[in-house]
Amino acid sequence: MTRFLSRTAAVLTALAALALAPRMAAAEPLFGETSFTLKNGLEVVVLPSHRAPTVAHWLWYKTGSADEERGHSGAAHFLEHLMFKGTKTMKPKEFSTLVARQGGQENAFTSWDYTAFHQDVAADKLELVMKLEADRMRNLIITDDQLKPERDVVLEEWRMRIGNQPGALLDEQVEAALYLHHPYRIPVLGWTDEIRTLDVPAEKRFYDTWYAPNNAVLIVAGDVTVEQVKKLAEEYYGPIARKNVPLRQRVHEPDRSADATVTLHHARVRTPRWSREYLAPSYHTGAKEHSYALEVLAEILGGGANSRLHHALVLDQQIATSAGAWYTPDRLDLGMFGFAATPRPNVTTEQVQAGVEAVLAQVLKDGLTRDEVTRAETRLVTSELYAQDGLDEPIEIIGRTLCTGGTLVDLDAWPDRIKAVTLDQVMAAAHAVLDGKPAVTALLLPADPTLVARGPAEPDLPIPSGEIR
Amino acid sequence: MTRRLLTLGGALLALAAAPASAITVETVRSPQGITAWLVEDHTQKVISLDFSIRGGAASDPADKVGLSSLATGLLDEGAGPYDSGQFQGKLDDLSAGISFSATADHLQGSLKTLSPYRDEIFQLLQLALTEPRFDEPAVERVRAQLDQLIDGQEQNPDGLATLNWFHAQFPDHPYGRSRYGTKESIAAITPADLKNFAKTRLGRDRLEIAVVGDITPADLTILLDRTFGALPATAVAQNPSDRAPADAGKIMLIKKPVPQSVIRFGEQGIDLHDRDIYAAMVVNYLLGGSPFTSRLGDEVREKRGLAYTIGTGTVHYDHADLLMGFVGTQNAKAAETVKIIRAEWAKMRDEVPDAKAVADAKTYLIGSYVLGLNSTGAIAERLLGLQQNGFPSDYITDRAKKVAVVTVDDVKRVAKRLLDPAKLSFVVVGNPEDLKPDAVVETE
Repeated sequence: MTRFLSRTAAVLTALAALALAPRMAAAEPLFGETSFTLKNGLEVVVLPSHRAPTVAHWLWYKTGSADEERGHSGAAHFLEHLMFKGTKTMKPKEFSTLVARQGGQENAFTSWDYTAFHQDVAADKLELVMKLEADRMRNLIITDDQLKPERDVVLEEWRMRIGNQPGALLDEQVEAALYLHHPYRIPVLGWTDEIRTLDVPAEKRFYDTWYAPNNAVLIVAGDVTVEQVKKLAEEYYGPIARKNVPLRQRVHEPDRSADATVTLHHARVRTPRWSREYLAPSYHTGAKEHSYALEVLAEILGGGANSRLHHALVLDQQIATSAGAWYTPDRLDLGMFGFAATPRPNVTTEQVQAGVEAVLAQVLKDGLTRDEVTRAETRLVTSELYAQDGLDEPIEIIGRTLCTGGTLVDLDAWPDRIKAVTLDQVMAAAHAVLDGKPAVTALLLPADPTLVARGPAEPDLPIPSGEIR
Repeated sequence: MTRRLLTLGGALLALAAAPASAITVETVRSPQGITAWLVEDHTQKVISLDFSIRGGAASDPADKVGLSSLATGLLDEGAGPYDSGQFQGKLDDLSAGISFSATADHLQGSLKTLSPYRDEIFQLLQLALTEPRFDEPAVERVRAQLDQLIDGQEQNPDGLATLNWFHAQFPDHPYGRSRYGTKESIAAITPADLKNFAKTRLGRDRLEIAVVGDITPADLTILLDRTFGALPATAVAQNPSDRAPADAGKIMLIKKPVPQSVIRFGEQGIDLHDRDIYAAMVVNYLLGGSPFTSRLGDEVREKRGLAYTIGTGTVHYDHADLLMGFVGTQNAKAAETVKIIRAEWAKMRDEVPDAKAVADAKTYLIGSYVLGLNSTGAIAERLLGLQQNGFPSDYITDRAKKVAVVTVDDVKRVAKRLLDPAKLSFVVVGNPEDLKPDAVVETE
């Protein structure tokens, strides 16, 4: 099951992945999922689970903020809001009213690569939500009367999520610094000056271009059968015509040739935060033969209580209240590998930076142990067993996979691919992505350096999910 | 301050139409008399256990505020023969989780394990509860984490608004203070305090347990005694007094240079066991319980674009009941938003509710209560919540029946009982224009 023996195999990435796919097809469905595709190209995934008499209906569009026209940042997320504002057959808000009237709950979110709409309802109300969701796939109406107050709502969302939160303000600047060219540098919510100018034609264009059955994935999970879903999907989504949807060909991200440091001194910060991010391959783009090894590496370096960073910075040197590492393989284009640490009171960000650098240098010089690799792989694979215990996580994993260039074959093979990662591959990935590579370092600091350096603790790592609801 | 049962956001069983709950709760009693609610479910090899012991942060001594948070933060940081690294390392290697926390009214714990590692993980829980080490490096680290949480709460507009709302409403009551304590009170907690906490506060007489997943009643019976049997029979903890909100009808402004004013508002609520609670749930739903379709959602968000989030919920503590709401709006619109909220509060009290809207609210309240119950953890959490609030295990179906019989007249009567715009108190954190507050707090 070993996919790649050395880094030189990288050039064969695309071919190798294709060639390997059929062999992987034997893996059991990871979440017991079944899939089929309608004639109009809509991919449907069904996850039966009969624990409760309810059903989750999720429609994912393979488009997000990275597909926006230049100068129209925020258009994808704003359109997600406007999808609740009426169609040729439904009045504004009627969608939400009907779902609530049936005891259902609903929401939606947008990321760089996808936009998803979802409802939870009693199992016998599946037909209703499917009818409503299919209706707004083709019949959306956007008017100035609806658009203008909703644009103010989005600006309030920006104030709440970004403007009021120093850490989020810094994250936006860090991403803009890390990606030099690719639209991942632009916030999903958009830049406020551009949000203010989004209008009916811009939103209509985004909808007409990207919202189509052949650019969507339907996931239905819960107290249903595959046959029921098939029948309903054919009835409601089946008649919607396919569109010529453009390829998601975003600009190529150039190699970084310099480090950067982004610093935010803010009046409402007491606890400094240090982090560092590197561009990294994803499952789909770049030196993707390293992607599974990078997942194992992130787990070993900073995945939890057994990680190198936790042991060194938190337990042994006692200079940080938290320290960890993260990696985002599930992106259509280049991902990120990052480190973060929160210094203890009276410890500086320079000290925790030196601590993280020392751990990384030692790993690059002396390597890791086979035992660390095996334990990390076991933890990663076991986490999937917990995911199987619920429905939301499987749905989100499936949706993200299918919207970022992956297939169900990739998904089902994931545990085997993780378990097949060798110590040499982890080290090769570490050298390829982290060894002397340019990075962006982020510092969140108090405005007044004389203030005791203690502040908005973020006990969890700032993993950028990029999902804006 | 976290154990809030938002009666609207939850989930339960559809009326007669849906099959009775797929969830069958069994009461398991051990030889030592330890009782747990069990939902046996062997579809996945996962077990979730949630438990709580009555008497949380609000029971901390006045000069040791934050003791519950610090002590529960340390229970999984070394116990028995294992130091913090070894204890957490063992959990991590078996991909299991054990966590503890303190809410205002309860000390809580949660365990999640794959069934093959069940006995090892339950033993770690037993060690954490009965032989916590409170090693000095761990104590100092968790103390530092708490300091950072306190700073965070005081610098974050949402944390600050909530903290100050409770502080104003419960001035001489434990609900008025942060469950994390203050930096000073945390600094004053000694190793002897922590050891005494473990010896006195974790009593079996206040213990409630919910277990869901791949375990039989017979096995659970044995594990209950093994895990919890060595705890003291009775806990020693102060019981706070029942209390109504104090500062009726005022607007307090906490000045902060933020682009969005963050607002918390609320007044006295209704007890979960009061016969009017189901009509109160309907009132809350119509007023602000649904983000898109409620009156507040409609007036503030949909029509005027004044906010991204606005909502209300009924909040229930052991010794206080509240109807609370939250909203965030740009500084220029804070005064207008407060005015609209007061006006809608009055309208909801005075106008005869629409029969159709009441019927829709009831369907929503019944149907939505069962949503989300599709993992062992979610079901265990729900069941523990019912136990903490003194409901029987068939509450899930009982609640649906009680919501179903609420009439328009009930809603009208309870709206009058529940809503009083003159007693609605606001805390605004931000730099609002035009707002006329009753009190202003300048911050650095």
